[in-house]
Amino acid sequence: METTGFSSPRPDAFPAGLRVLVVDDDPTWLKILEKMLKKCSYEVTTCNLAREALHLLRERKDGFDIVISDVNMPDMDGFKLLEHVGLEMDLPVIMMSVDGETSRVMKGVQHGACDYLLKPIRMKELRNIWQHVFRKRIHEVRDIESHEGLEEIQMMRNCMEQSDDGYLFCGADLITGKKRKDVDYKQDDRQCSDPSSVKKARVVWTFDLHQKFVKAVNQFGLDKVGPKKILDLMGVPWLTRENVASHLQKYRLYLSRLQKGNELKSSFGGMKPSDFSSKDTAGNVCLHNSSTAPQNNVANGSYVVCGNKIPIKNVDSKICGEDMKIASVQMAESKEELIGVITDPQKSSNSGTSLNHSFGQIGSDVRYEPKIPAQFSWTEVPPVQFKQEPKPHFQSQSWSAEVRPVQFKQELKPHFQSENSFSHLPLCRNHIQVDCTEPILSHHPIPSTNEKDKRADIRPNCSKSRSKGIGIVNPVESKAELFSVQSKSHLPVCQEYEPIPCSIWNTKNHSLEQILLNDIDSSQRSLILGTGSGFRLWDEELQGYSPQGDFHPQNAGFENIESFAYSNQELIADIPPLLYDSWNFDFGNPSEATEYPVMDQGLFIA
Amino acid sequence: MERNLHRQLANMKKSLFDQGYLDHEQFTQLEELQDEANPNFVEEVVTLYYRDSARLIQNIEQALEKNPLDFAKLDNYMHQFKGSSCSIGARKLKNECTQFIEYCKTGNGEGCKRTFQQLKKEYSSLKKKLEHYFQFARQVGPLEKACRPK
Repeated sequence: METTGFSSPRPDAFPAGLRVLVVDDDPTWLKILEKMLKKCSYEVTTCNLAREALHLLRERKDGFDIVISDVNMPDMDGFKLLEHVGLEMDLPVIMMSVDGETSRVMKGVQHGACDYLLKPIRMKELRNIWQHVFRKRIHEVRDIESHEGLEEIQMMRNCMEQSDDGYLFCGADLITGKKRKDVDYKQDDRQCSDPSSVKKARVVWTFDLHQKFVKAVNQFGLDKVGPKKILDLMGVPWLTRENVASHLQKYRLYLSRLQKGNELKSSFGGMKPSDFSSKDTAGNVCLHNSSTAPQNNVANGSYVVCGNKIPIKNVDSKICGEDMKIASVQMAESKEELIGVITDPQKSSNSGTSLNHSFGQIGSDVRYEPKIPAQFSWTEVPPVQFKQEPKPHFQSQSWSAEVRPVQFKQELKPHFQSENSFSHLPLCRNHIQVDCTEPILSHHPIPSTNEKDKRADIRPNCSKSRSKGIGIVNPVESKAELFSVQSKSHLPVCQEYEPIPCSIWNTKNHSLEQILLNDIDSSQRSLILGTGSGFRLWDEELQGYSPQGDFHPQNAGFENIESFAYSNQELIADIPPLLYDSWNFDFGNPSEATEYPVMDQGLFIA
Repeated sequence: MERNLHRQLANMKKSLFDQGYLDHEQFTQLEELQDEANPNFVEEVVTLYYRDSARLIQNIEQALEKNPLDFAKLDNYMHQFKGSSCSIGARKLKNECTQFIEYCKTGNGEGCKRTFQQLKKEYSSLKKKLEHYFQFARQVGPLEKACRPK
């Protein structure tokens, strides 16, 4: 593949030769779509398994221009795939489904889909998919232009022009309303000084790199920082401001997605309440909604934590069940999304809603709308009082501050890098020990800021917690671990996933991500993130919760996880780089990917 | 003669549309995809559909025998089946699917079972009609090529 991003095998006018990857488990549709796309003069590759698709994408970096994927697939949830692709490969992804319900479509958009097509799909719809590719290019160019020097722009232009003859050209002509600087593609010299130098070469956000990024971001606070500052802080010479900018954008989106949770339906900005200002110092689990600024959904992110399905097998982390609960509670409150996570009513064996969060200290008022029956039956979790302020700051520092107390001791070194797909999840392979003492981080994702109803009493239940660890985080981690353990093969390449947050939570266990991912897989969308399942997974001791995801917030854990991840990020600034290696969670293990066994009894901590 | 056959074929197709078995737009689109590289594209697609959907039907059948019914699973299966069915433009079938999904949402087991029986009938009936149609089309096709002056 040519280095330039626009490399297109065909010299014909764009969009001919667009390299499309189609992923659908339905063979009939796969055949039809392939034929349709060929008729549009696109270059088509088909795949009927999501995992296989990711593998292909990773193998052939820059080998595709756009991905079209079905939403319901057996091995992996389409949304999860979408996330992965967006983060790792930064390709536009189009979702398809026979189900056109608003909530689903919304979810797709939340997860970053650039379009959502309803089946049966018409030719004309497919003919236009090139616009997404073009748009992305334009934006990238624009970014570059605005931030880089003129030379770069020149270079880019040259490259672009060269690589796709008319690719940009057409684009330029067709630009409608795209705010692009006026890159005059046409007039540039034809020499492309270094095609790969300018943006087209995709930056691989390795775990380390992402860690640096996160650290830098946390210095300022996600909302306040800009790419330039981050870049300066990171001190990576070859990284451009533009790279950071786009990564930052993704990261924010990810966090906000997490925050919002799955349901947007209730209120788009539903999450707003999450203003948790974790005032409390101690582990207040920052219930901040990452939505501090843009997204108000607090809850969403936070719950991610315990994905229900996180098969945290090897997770030693003892996640405080409580935390989980709290998180879930919060979730419920905040946004539907989170709701699912937190309280997984069904499973949580805990009695009552005690969200024993170590939050107690947090001061943050978690306000969450108790959507979820605060039943976290976390047996062990003592009711934690969550008070969150309706400040959705998820990303805010509260996490970091709060999180501190939580210590995840991961016995397991999350080795993401290599492991399978989970690379991004720095799942702690094994033991994620979270000191429950601190407020569970997990809470925070849930910042459902509604104080009123659910006040999860989050009490740092450390008593039991020792093993419990941060519920939220752990699950993630454990998940990660699980995955990481299992999957070995994955390519670490995954660019840093923006939502590293998971890792943050887990401090070491990037499992969060894993969990998130896992969660998503789990059919139950039960908020893997925070809800019981996550917790369950972590700690067998925790048994109580079986948050199987009762609630799955419509947005399914995935979202939560994301937010969680994000939120975690803040918290865990120093999360082991494992986290992100690649968001790919489930790649490594087919088994994992398919079904994350939600551990009912707490997490399986190896 | 061939014109007659062609007309007959066209009528067959038309009646499938008129009777609501097939969705005109979707089916026509499939036909438009047919070309020299894939002269029997539509038939291939339909065959593929029937093969794959048989498996889905079986899954649903098995799931309906369980007690208690797992509506989430049924919903999932049915969504898959519906998605598949709309690929060939099976209109009546798609409606049955929608109905089934509705019943799943409300947890109406009886409704599901009833609808499913209906659906199976539709399914086999359409299958027969399409088989008949393609058989005929195959006869007509070559004839056309042979006779049509180039």
